[in-house]
Amino acid sequence: MGRTVVHLPTTSEVVSRLRVGDVFYVSGVVVTMRDAAHERYLRGGVPLPVDLRGLAILHAGPVMVRSESRWLCLSLGPTTSRRMEYYESELIERTGVKIVIGKGGMGGRTAEACGKHGAVYAVFPGGCGALGASAVEEVIGVEWLDLGIPEALWVLRVREFGPLIVSIDASGRNLADEVLRSARSRVSAALQSLRPHLALPS
Amino acid sequence: MIALESGASVYERLVEMLSRFVSLVSVRLPDDVLPALLRASELEESAHARLIYNAMFENLEVALRRRVPLCQDTGVLEFFVGLGEAFPYGAALLRAVRDATARATREGFLRPNVVDPLTNRNTGDNTGPYVPWVDVEVLPGADYADVRLYLAGGGSSRPGFARVLDPAQGLEGVAELVLSTVAEYGPPACPPLVVGIGIGPTVEVAATLSKRALLREVGSRNPDPRAALLEEKLAEAINGLGIGPQGLGGRVTALAVHVEYAGRHPATLAVGVSTACWALRRGWLRIYSDLSYRVLSHRGAELG
Repeated sequence: MGRTVVHLPTTSEVVSRLRVGDVFYVSGVVVTMRDAAHERYLRGGVPLPVDLRGLAILHAGPVMVRSESRWLCLSLGPTTSRRMEYYESELIERTGVKIVIGKGGMGGRTAEACGKHGAVYAVFPGGCGALGASAVEEVIGVEWLDLGIPEALWVLRVREFGPLIVSIDASGRNLADEVLRSARSRVSAALQSLRPHLALPS
Repeated sequence: MIALESGASVYERLVEMLSRFVSLVSVRLPDDVLPALLRASELEESAHARLIYNAMFENLEVALRRRVPLCQDTGVLEFFVGLGEAFPYGAALLRAVRDATARATREGFLRPNVVDPLTNRNTGDNTGPYVPWVDVEVLPGADYADVRLYLAGGGSSRPGFARVLDPAQGLEGVAELVLSTVAEYGPPACPPLVVGIGIGPTVEVAATLSKRALLREVGSRNPDPRAALLEEKLAEAINGLGIGPQGLGGRVTALAVHVEYAGRHPATLAVGVSTACWALRRGWLRIYSDLSYRVLSHRGAELG
């Protein structure tokens, strides 16, 4: 079976066909956006220098080096998406971004925004920065570099960046959240089974 | 064991050696981690878990082939330095750590991560107040220096905590904190994790021991059989949570649990937890008095 590749820019119609658990890759323009960039745009009120409509954002701070006049992307993998939960529903609503890529899952407000605006949240395996960078064809540009290399907006052209596992789909289903809830619910039983091994002499 | 070319000053040679050591640790996992990952991957049955492990293994190959950081989050650097009492270059070595870190950053082996907490500005070269963090101990009778390096990534550092419990809460209180922390904060920390637990009299002792626990070989057992049993049972309990690789479900959430403990105060039971992601980047370099060296963590590695 061939890879499912979503070409960017894309539409709600295309990403709505993706379901929780599906695996896909993206080709086209992706933009990195972490805490500081979300904060500057949504709370600082500074206009975004990149039009995100139909594109993918990546919760990532790459390793970049400057070689003569060009930037090279050496390592590109996801950061913890949960930190962006404060901002993401508003970002999806205001920018029209269609794919949010990160790691570890996001919460209910993001899931609701994905359902309402026809977007998805997908997980790229964390720690795989070398693999991620090998999919970068071109560093198109950088904005807000004053935020520092990790926090800047890096505009990258990628080819079959992935694997990406759909964790929130456009129906609002949320895989990582299901795993999290299940883990929480198992803590007391796990503790119960540990109890015989935890007693100390009195 | 290869001595670096002569001619340069001792300080310059140490900076060179250490910056190459830092680069090595950013690019290649230490020898004990991959076998632990392979064993864990064989226990997984779901298609997602297998896909994730395959991406991880491919990533390790790509990083080696392209000589680039295997993970873009190269962390804040933490050095644990053991200075042999007869090692002649202790002061130079402790100074060289900072310049070596800045140099590895310039060369693209480290992402500039250090941020001034009062201005939110990135310092640009991975140095700042107290960082790279250097923990020093003296090695009685030794004529060498041991340099252990741990790259403390952001995601894997997020679950960390230390707290003082009442002794009445006992090991059950410790276990409850560990399990609830892993359940809540483990999924985005890039599992499968290594969970380090420190127990002692105060928060900083417990926290330091929890990080030292991560420096041990993955799956090694505490020599005290009671602590070893605690390690084994806590790992089973954590794996029962079902978090799995990358928090998308699976059988192995913890590759291992390591416990280190100190004597406590009658009135306190302090516990610290540090977690390492699957991309556990640490190294162990031994530098001899003639400035020859051995990389004890990475077989066959040369810093040339």
